[in-house]
Amino acid sequence: MPKIKLPRNSPSIDMTPMVDLAFLLVTFFMLTTKFRPEEPVKVVIPFSVTTTKIPDNVMTLSIDSAGRVFFDMDGKDVRPEVLKSVMSKYKIELTTTDISRFAVMGTFGVPITKVKAYIKADDSQRKAMSDASAGIPMDTLRDNQLADWVYAGFTYGLAAYNEKKSKGENARPPKYAIKADGRAKYKLVKEVIDICQKAGIQHFELITSLKAMPKG
Amino acid sequence: MAEVNTGGGGGGKHQKKRAKKLSTRIDMTPMVDLGFLLLTFFMLTTTFSQPKVIELTPPIKDITNPTKVDTTTLTLLLGKSDTVFYYNGLLRANHDSNNILQTDLSDNGLRKVVLGQNQFVLNSIKDIQTQHNANKLSDTAYARLLDKAEGNKNARFVIIKTDSTTKYINVVRALDEMNICNIGKYSLIDASDDDLKMIADYKLTHKK
Repeated sequence: MPKIKLPRNSPSIDMTPMVDLAFLLVTFFMLTTKFRPEEPVKVVIPFSVTTTKIPDNVMTLSIDSAGRVFFDMDGKDVRPEVLKSVMSKYKIELTTTDISRFAVMGTFGVPITKVKAYIKADDSQRKAMSDASAGIPMDTLRDNQLADWVYAGFTYGLAAYNEKKSKGENARPPKYAIKADGRAKYKLVKEVIDICQKAGIQHFELITSLKAMPKG
Repeated sequence: MAEVNTGGGGGGKHQKKRAKKLSTRIDMTPMVDLGFLLLTFFMLTTTFSQPKVIELTPPIKDITNPTKVDTTTLTLLLGKSDTVFYYNGLLRANHDSNNILQTDLSDNGLRKVVLGQNQFVLNSIKDIQTQHNANKLSDTAYARLLDKAEGNKNARFVIIKTDSTTKYINVVRALDEMNICNIGKYSLIDASDDDLKMIADYKLTHKK
Protein backbone atom coordinates (compact mmCIF):
# COMPACT_ATOMS: atom_id res chain seq x y z
CA MET A 1 0.00 0.00 0.00
CA PRO A 2 1.27 3.37 -0.90
CA LYS A 3 1.79 5.55 2.06
CA ILE A 4 -0.09 8.80 2.18
CA LYS A 5 2.31 11.49 2.98
CA LEU A 6 0.88 14.26 5.06
CA PRO A 7 2.26 17.62 4.15
CA ARG A 8 4.42 18.81 6.94
CA ASN A 9 3.27 22.09 8.31
CA SER A 10 5.72 24.41 9.82
CA PRO A 11 5.07 24.71 13.56
CA SER A 12 5.62 28.45 13.50
CA ILE A 13 2.49 30.38 12.68
CA ASP A 14 2.11 33.95 11.63
CA MET A 15 1.44 35.92 14.76
CA THR A 16 1.10 39.34 13.20
CA PRO A 17 -2.70 39.63 13.37
CA MET A 18 -2.72 38.47 16.95
CA VAL A 19 -0.06 40.99 17.86
CA ASP A 20 -2.00 43.68 16.08
CA LEU A 21 -5.08 42.85 18.04
CA ALA A 22 -3.23 42.60 21.34
CA PHE A 23 -1.65 46.00 20.92
CA LEU A 24 -4.88 47.53 19.79
CA LEU A 25 -6.46 46.35 23.02
CA VAL A 26 -3.47 47.50 25.06
CA THR A 27 -3.75 50.94 23.52
CA PHE A 28 -7.46 51.03 24.23
CA PHE A 29 -7.07 50.08 27.85
CA MET A 30 -4.14 52.42 28.34
CA LEU A 31 -6.12 55.33 27.03
CA THR A 32 -9.30 54.56 28.91
CA THR A 33 -7.71 53.77 32.26
CA LYS A 34 -7.71 56.57 34.75
CA PHE A 35 -5.61 55.90 37.79
CA ARG A 36 -7.30 56.85 41.00
CA PRO A 37 -5.30 57.90 44.01
CA GLU A 38 -5.92 55.62 46.94
CA GLU A 39 -8.78 56.77 49.10
CA PRO A 40 -7.74 57.43 52.67
CA VAL A 41 -11.23 56.67 53.89
CA LYS A 42 -13.24 53.53 53.35
CA VAL A 43 -16.83 54.25 52.44
CA VAL A 44 -19.31 51.51 51.64
CA ILE A 45 -21.80 53.28 49.42
CA PRO A 46 -25.41 52.11 49.28
CA PHE A 47 -27.06 50.70 46.17
CA SER A 48 -29.74 52.33 44.08
CA VAL A 49 -31.36 51.82 40.69
CA THR A 50 -30.52 55.28 39.40
CA THR A 51 -28.45 55.35 36.22
CA THR A 52 -27.25 58.95 36.28
CA LYS A 53 -23.47 58.94 36.05
CA ILE A 54 -21.31 60.91 38.39
CA PRO A 55 -20.55 64.24 36.70
CA ASP A 56 -17.11 65.71 36.07
CA ASN A 57 -15.83 68.67 38.08
CA VAL A 58 -17.29 67.59 41.37
CA MET A 59 -16.61 68.50 44.98
CA THR A 60 -16.98 65.38 47.08
CA LEU A 61 -17.69 65.20 50.78
CA SER A 62 -17.12 61.69 52.07
CA ILE A 63 -18.67 60.51 55.29
CA ASP A 64 -17.54 57.18 56.67
CA SER A 65 -19.39 54.80 58.95
CA ALA A 66 -17.90 56.42 62.06
CA GLY A 67 -19.14 59.82 60.91
CA ARG A 68 -15.80 61.33 59.92
CA VAL A 69 -16.00 63.85 57.11
CA PHE A 70 -13.43 64.07 54.32
CA PHE A 71 -13.09 66.69 51.62
CA ASP A 72 -12.07 66.36 48.00
CA MET A 73 -12.39 68.52 44.94
CA ASP A 74 -11.65 68.19 41.22
CA GLY A 75 -9.75 70.85 39.34
CA LYS A 76 -5.98 71.23 39.63
CA ASP A 77 -6.33 74.92 38.89
CA VAL A 78 -8.93 75.62 41.56
CA ARG A 79 -7.50 73.60 44.43
CA PRO A 80 -4.55 75.96 45.13
CA GLU A 81 -6.95 78.90 45.36
CA VAL A 82 -9.16 77.03 47.80
CA LEU A 83 -6.19 76.03 49.93
CA LYS A 84 -4.73 79.53 49.98
CA SER A 85 -8.00 81.13 51.00
CA VAL A 86 -8.70 78.67 53.82
CA MET A 87 -5.13 78.78 55.10
CA SER A 88 -5.00 82.57 55.09
CA LYS A 89 -8.09 82.58 57.30
CA TYR A 90 -6.25 80.45 59.85
CA LYS A 91 -3.01 82.38 59.26
CA ILE A 92 -0.93 79.40 58.22
CA GLU A 93 1.98 80.08 55.90
CA LEU A 94 2.52 77.77 52.95
CA THR A 95 5.36 77.32 50.49
CA THR A 96 4.75 77.06 46.74
CA THR A 97 5.73 73.37 46.84
CA ASP A 98 3.03 72.76 49.44
CA ILE A 99 0.48 74.40 47.23
CA SER A 100 1.46 72.48 44.12
CA ARG A 101 1.46 69.24 46.07
CA PHE A 102 -2.02 70.00 47.37
CA ALA A 103 -3.25 70.53 43.81
CA VAL A 104 -2.78 66.85 43.02
CA MET A 105 -3.48 65.42 46.47
CA GLY A 106 -6.77 63.54 46.82
CA THR A 107 -9.30 63.18 49.55
CA PHE A 108 -8.15 64.42 52.94
CA GLY A 109 -9.73 64.66 56.34
CA VAL A 110 -7.46 66.27 58.89
CA PRO A 111 -8.02 69.36 61.00
CA ILE A 112 -6.57 72.60 59.68
CA THR A 113 -3.56 72.53 61.99
CA LYS A 114 -2.40 69.28 60.47
CA VAL A 115 -3.06 70.09 56.82
CA LYS A 116 0.48 71.35 56.23
CA ALA A 117 2.04 68.23 57.71
CA TYR A 118 -0.40 66.11 55.71
CA ILE A 119 0.64 67.77 52.44
CA LYS A 120 4.30 67.13 53.20
CA ALA A 121 3.76 63.51 54.22
CA ASP A 122 4.20 60.53 51.93
CA ASP A 123 1.49 58.00 51.17
CA SER A 124 1.98 55.75 54.17
CA GLN A 125 2.26 58.66 56.58
CA ARG A 126 -0.86 60.17 55.08
CA LYS A 127 -2.72 56.94 55.60
CA ALA A 128 -1.65 56.84 59.24
CA MET A 129 -2.66 60.46 59.72
CA SER A 130 -6.06 59.86 58.14
CA ASP A 131 -6.63 56.80 60.29
CA ALA A 132 -5.79 58.71 63.42
CA SER A 133 -7.79 61.80 62.53
CA ALA A 134 -11.41 62.37 63.38
CA GLY A 135 -12.16 63.95 60.02
CA ILE A 136 -12.58 67.64 59.32
CA PRO A 137 -14.08 69.33 62.38
CA MET A 138 -17.61 70.54 61.74
CA ASP A 139 -18.81 71.74 65.08
CA THR A 140 -21.46 74.20 64.03
CA LEU A 141 -20.94 76.46 67.00
CA ARG A 142 -17.24 76.68 67.70
CA ASP A 143 -14.93 75.30 65.10
CA ASN A 144 -16.59 74.75 61.76
CA GLN A 145 -13.64 74.11 59.48
CA LEU A 146 -15.75 72.07 57.08
CA ALA A 147 -17.85 75.14 56.39
CA ASP A 148 -14.67 77.05 55.46
CA TRP A 149 -13.55 74.36 53.04
CA VAL A 150 -17.00 74.03 51.53
CA TYR A 151 -17.42 77.77 51.19
CA ALA A 152 -13.99 78.22 49.56
CA GLY A 153 -14.59 75.24 47.30
CA PHE A 154 -17.97 76.57 46.26
CA THR A 155 -16.83 80.16 45.64
CA TYR A 156 -13.62 79.40 43.75
CA GLY A 157 -15.11 76.47 41.85
CA LEU A 158 -17.92 78.64 40.59
CA ALA A 159 -15.60 81.58 39.85
CA ALA A 160 -13.28 79.38 37.81
CA TYR A 161 -16.24 77.99 35.89
CA ASN A 162 -17.64 81.44 35.15
CA GLU A 163 -14.26 82.71 34.04
CA LYS A 164 -13.75 79.79 31.68
CA LYS A 165 -17.25 80.17 30.32
CA SER A 166 -16.82 83.90 29.68
CA LYS A 167 -13.67 83.12 27.71
CA GLY A 168 -15.69 80.69 25.65
CA GLU A 169 -13.74 77.70 26.89
CA ASN A 170 -15.31 74.33 27.39
CA ALA A 171 -16.08 74.05 31.08
CA ARG A 172 -18.36 71.94 33.19
CA PRO A 173 -20.40 73.50 35.97
CA PRO A 174 -19.24 72.47 39.43
CA LYS A 175 -21.35 69.84 41.17
CA TYR A 176 -21.46 68.77 44.78
CA ALA A 177 -21.49 65.13 45.71
CA ILE A 178 -22.02 63.42 49.02
CA LYS A 179 -20.43 60.04 49.35
CA ALA A 180 -21.71 58.66 52.60
CA ASP A 181 -21.40 55.21 54.07
CA GLY A 182 -24.71 53.38 54.38
CA ARG A 183 -24.11 52.81 58.08
CA ALA A 184 -23.62 56.49 58.84
CA LYS A 185 -26.41 58.30 60.61
CA TYR A 186 -28.61 60.34 58.32
CA LYS A 187 -28.60 63.09 60.93
CA LEU A 188 -24.92 63.64 60.24
CA VAL A 189 -25.42 63.65 56.48
CA LYS A 190 -28.09 66.24 57.03
CA GLU A 191 -25.70 68.39 59.04
CA VAL A 192 -23.22 68.27 56.18
CA ILE A 193 -26.00 69.18 53.75
CA ASP A 194 -26.98 72.08 56.00
CA ILE A 195 -23.42 73.38 56.02
CA CYS A 196 -23.35 73.21 52.24
CA GLN A 197 -26.69 74.94 51.98
CA LYS A 198 -25.40 77.78 54.13
CA ALA A 199 -22.47 78.12 51.72
CA GLY A 200 -24.96 78.47 48.88
CA ILE A 201 -25.12 74.98 47.41
CA GLN A 202 -28.62 73.89 46.43
CA HIS A 203 -28.27 70.65 44.52
CA PHE A 204 -26.57 67.55 45.74
CA GLU A 205 -25.60 64.26 44.19
CA LEU A 206 -25.74 61.29 46.51
CA ILE A 207 -23.18 58.77 45.29
CA THR A 208 -24.48 55.22 45.06
CA SER A 209 -23.59 52.12 43.11
CA LEU A 210 -25.86 50.52 40.60
CA LYS A 211 -28.22 47.68 41.27
CA ALA A 212 -30.67 46.13 38.85
CA MET A 213 -34.10 47.70 38.44
CA PRO A 214 -36.75 45.36 39.77
CA LYS A 215 -39.35 44.15 37.30
CA GLY A 216 -42.63 45.91 36.94
CA MET B 1 14.52 31.86 17.36
CA ALA B 2 15.57 34.75 15.22
CA GLU B 3 16.47 32.84 12.15
CA VAL B 4 19.62 33.84 10.54
CA ASN B 5 20.44 31.88 7.49
CA THR B 6 24.03 31.07 7.47
CA GLY B 7 25.15 28.87 4.68
CA GLY B 8 25.74 25.33 5.89
CA GLY B 9 29.20 24.85 7.28
CA GLY B 10 30.45 22.66 4.44
CA GLY B 11 32.65 24.54 2.11
CA GLY B 12 31.40 24.91 -1.41
CA LYS B 13 33.45 24.26 -4.43
CA HIS B 14 33.95 27.88 -5.17
CA GLN B 15 34.46 30.01 -2.15
CA LYS B 16 32.73 33.08 -3.35
CA LYS B 17 32.26 35.85 -0.88
CA ARG B 18 28.57 36.51 -0.57
CA ALA B 19 26.70 38.91 1.65
CA LYS B 20 24.96 36.92 4.30
CA LYS B 21 21.27 36.58 3.52
CA LEU B 22 19.25 37.61 6.53
CA SER B 23 15.73 36.39 6.90
CA THR B 24 13.10 39.10 6.94
CA ARG B 25 11.09 37.22 9.52
CA ILE B 26 11.75 38.15 13.05
CA ASP B 27 10.54 36.29 16.05
CA MET B 28 7.64 38.10 17.62
CA THR B 29 7.11 35.88 20.63
CA PRO B 30 8.66 38.22 23.25
CA MET B 31 6.73 41.13 21.88
CA VAL B 32 3.50 39.17 22.01
CA ASP B 33 4.31 38.11 25.56
CA LEU B 34 4.82 41.69 26.58
CA GLY B 35 1.71 42.79 24.73
CA PHE B 36 -0.47 40.31 26.47
CA LEU B 37 1.13 41.03 29.82
CA LEU B 38 0.20 44.70 29.45
CA LEU B 39 -3.21 43.77 28.15
CA THR B 40 -3.86 41.60 31.18
CA PHE B 41 -2.65 44.31 33.51
CA PHE B 42 -4.88 47.01 32.05
CA MET B 43 -7.86 44.72 31.81
CA LEU B 44 -7.58 43.82 35.46
CA THR B 45 -6.99 47.34 36.72
CA THR B 46 -9.66 49.08 34.65
CA THR B 47 -13.00 49.55 36.30
CA PHE B 48 -15.71 50.53 33.94
CA SER B 49 -18.47 50.85 36.47
CA GLN B 50 -18.48 54.44 37.55
CA PRO B 51 -20.51 55.23 40.62
CA LYS B 52 -23.99 56.55 40.00
CA VAL B 53 -25.69 59.46 41.69
CA ILE B 54 -29.12 60.26 43.07
CA GLU B 55 -29.88 63.90 42.58
CA LEU B 56 -31.24 65.64 45.64
CA THR B 57 -32.49 69.15 46.09
CA PRO B 58 -33.36 69.60 49.73
CA PRO B 59 -35.74 72.38 50.75
CA ILE B 60 -34.00 75.62 51.57
CA LYS B 61 -35.78 76.29 54.83
CA ASP B 62 -36.67 73.76 57.42
CA ILE B 63 -40.30 72.99 56.91
CA THR B 64 -42.08 70.62 59.18
CA ASN B 65 -45.38 70.61 57.35
CA PRO B 66 -45.21 71.50 53.70
CA THR B 67 -48.44 72.99 52.52
CA LYS B 68 -49.57 70.37 50.09
CA VAL B 69 -52.94 68.95 49.33
CA ASP B 70 -53.91 66.70 52.17
CA THR B 71 -55.60 64.02 50.09
CA THR B 72 -52.65 63.17 47.92
CA THR B 73 -50.00 63.13 50.58
CA LEU B 74 -48.34 60.04 51.95
CA THR B 75 -46.03 60.46 54.90
CA LEU B 76 -43.30 57.95 55.66
CA LEU B 77 -41.49 57.85 58.97
CA LEU B 78 -38.10 56.17 58.88
CA GLY B 79 -36.96 54.77 62.17
CA LYS B 80 -33.89 53.10 63.53
CA SER B 81 -34.33 49.77 61.78
CA ASP B 82 -35.81 48.82 58.42
CA THR B 83 -39.32 49.46 59.67
CA VAL B 84 -41.29 52.26 58.11
CA PHE B 85 -44.38 53.82 59.62
CA TYR B 86 -46.69 55.58 57.24
CA TYR B 87 -49.95 57.45 57.15
CA ASN B 88 -51.98 59.17 54.50
CA GLY B 89 -52.53 62.88 54.58
CA LEU B 90 -50.70 65.49 56.53
CA LEU B 91 -50.10 65.46 60.24
CA ARG B 92 -53.17 66.83 62.00
CA ALA B 93 -53.87 67.60 65.59
CA ASN B 94 -56.36 64.77 65.89
CA HIS B 95 -53.95 62.21 64.54
CA ASP B 96 -53.24 59.34 66.85
CA SER B 97 -51.51 56.02 66.55
CA ASN B 98 -54.59 54.42 65.00
CA ASN B 99 -53.89 56.33 61.82
CA ILE B 100 -50.47 54.92 61.20
CA LEU B 101 -49.48 51.64 59.68
CA GLN B 102 -46.27 49.73 59.71
CA THR B 103 -44.27 48.24 56.84
CA ASP B 104 -40.61 47.79 55.96
CA LEU B 105 -38.16 48.72 53.24
CA SER B 106 -38.16 45.32 51.54
CA ASP B 107 -39.50 44.70 48.04
CA ASN B 108 -42.83 43.54 49.41
CA GLY B 109 -43.18 46.27 51.97
CA LEU B 110 -42.97 49.93 51.14
CA ARG B 111 -42.96 49.34 47.39
CA LYS B 112 -46.35 47.63 47.49
CA VAL B 113 -47.80 50.43 49.56
CA VAL B 114 -46.53 53.21 47.33
CA LEU B 115 -47.27 51.39 44.08
CA GLY B 116 -50.78 50.64 45.28
CA GLN B 117 -51.44 54.28 46.01
CA ASN B 118 -49.89 55.50 42.81
CA GLN B 119 -51.43 52.93 40.49
CA PHE B 120 -53.15 55.24 38.04
CA VAL B 121 -49.95 57.19 37.40
CA LEU B 122 -48.15 53.94 36.74
CA ASN B 123 -50.83 52.85 34.31
CA SER B 124 -50.50 56.03 32.31
CA ILE B 125 -46.71 55.67 32.37
CA LYS B 126 -47.00 52.13 31.07
CA ASP B 127 -49.11 53.38 28.17
CA ILE B 128 -46.48 55.95 27.31
CA GLN B 129 -43.76 53.34 27.56
CA THR B 130 -45.49 50.92 25.21
CA GLN B 131 -45.96 53.73 22.72
CA HIS B 132 -42.32 54.66 23.05
CA ASN B 133 -41.19 51.07 22.60
CA ALA B 134 -43.29 50.85 19.44
CA ASN B 135 -41.36 53.88 18.15
CA LYS B 136 -44.46 56.01 18.02
CA LEU B 137 -42.97 58.70 20.24
CA SER B 138 -39.81 60.71 19.92
CA ASP B 139 -37.43 60.72 22.87
CA THR B 140 -38.21 64.31 23.79
CA ALA B 141 -41.95 63.79 23.63
CA TYR B 142 -41.51 60.67 25.71
CA ALA B 143 -39.61 62.53 28.41
CA ARG B 144 -42.17 65.31 28.41
CA LEU B 145 -45.10 62.95 28.71
CA LEU B 146 -43.35 61.07 31.51
CA ASP B 147 -42.87 64.31 33.41
CA LYS B 148 -46.48 65.19 32.84
CA ALA B 149 -47.71 61.83 34.05
CA GLU B 150 -45.56 62.00 37.18
CA GLY B 151 -46.69 65.54 37.81
CA ASN B 152 -50.36 64.65 37.59
CA LYS B 153 -52.18 66.65 40.23
CA ASN B 154 -53.60 63.54 41.82
CA ALA B 155 -50.25 61.78 41.94
CA ARG B 156 -48.89 60.98 45.36
CA PHE B 157 -46.73 63.49 47.09
CA VAL B 158 -44.51 61.61 49.49
CA ILE B 159 -43.01 63.16 52.59
CA ILE B 160 -40.12 61.18 53.98
CA LYS B 161 -39.51 62.02 57.59
CA THR B 162 -36.36 61.01 59.40
CA ASP B 163 -35.45 61.05 63.05
CA SER B 164 -32.08 61.20 64.75
CA THR B 165 -31.55 57.45 64.64
CA THR B 166 -32.23 56.94 60.94
CA LYS B 167 -29.38 55.40 59.02
CA TYR B 168 -28.26 56.93 55.75
CA ILE B 169 -28.71 53.66 53.87
CA ASN B 170 -32.41 53.60 54.73
CA VAL B 171 -32.86 57.12 53.44
CA VAL B 172 -31.21 56.12 50.17
CA ARG B 173 -33.40 53.02 50.00
CA ALA B 174 -36.51 55.13 50.53
CA LEU B 175 -35.40 57.63 47.86
CA ASP B 176 -34.72 54.69 45.59
CA GLU B 177 -38.23 53.38 46.12
CA MET B 178 -39.51 56.77 45.00
CA ASN B 179 -37.58 56.33 41.75
CA ILE B 180 -38.82 52.79 41.29
CA CYS B 181 -42.42 53.76 41.95
CA ASN B 182 -42.21 56.84 39.68
CA ILE B 183 -43.05 59.29 42.42
CA GLY B 184 -42.36 62.65 40.87
CA LYS B 185 -42.64 64.73 44.00
CA TYR B 186 -41.18 63.87 47.34
CA SER B 187 -39.45 65.72 50.10
CA LEU B 188 -37.17 64.82 52.91
CA ILE B 189 -37.71 66.46 56.28
CA ASP B 190 -37.22 65.87 59.98
CA ALA B 191 -39.88 64.08 61.98
CA SER B 192 -41.77 66.30 64.36
CA ASP B 193 -42.34 65.53 68.02
CA ASP B 194 -45.92 64.56 67.25
CA ASP B 195 -44.72 62.00 64.75
CA LEU B 196 -42.32 60.48 67.25
CA LYS B 197 -45.02 60.39 69.90
CA MET B 198 -47.36 58.63 67.52
CA ILE B 199 -44.78 55.96 66.78
CA ALA B 200 -44.15 55.45 70.47
CA ASP B 201 -47.92 55.07 70.99
CA TYR B 202 -48.16 52.65 68.13
CA LYS B 203 -45.37 50.53 69.53
CA LEU B 204 -47.05 50.45 72.91
CA THR B 205 -50.45 49.39 71.61
CA HIS B 206 -49.04 46.82 69.21
CA LYS B 207 -46.62 45.23 71.63
CA LYS B 208 -48.66 42.09 71.90
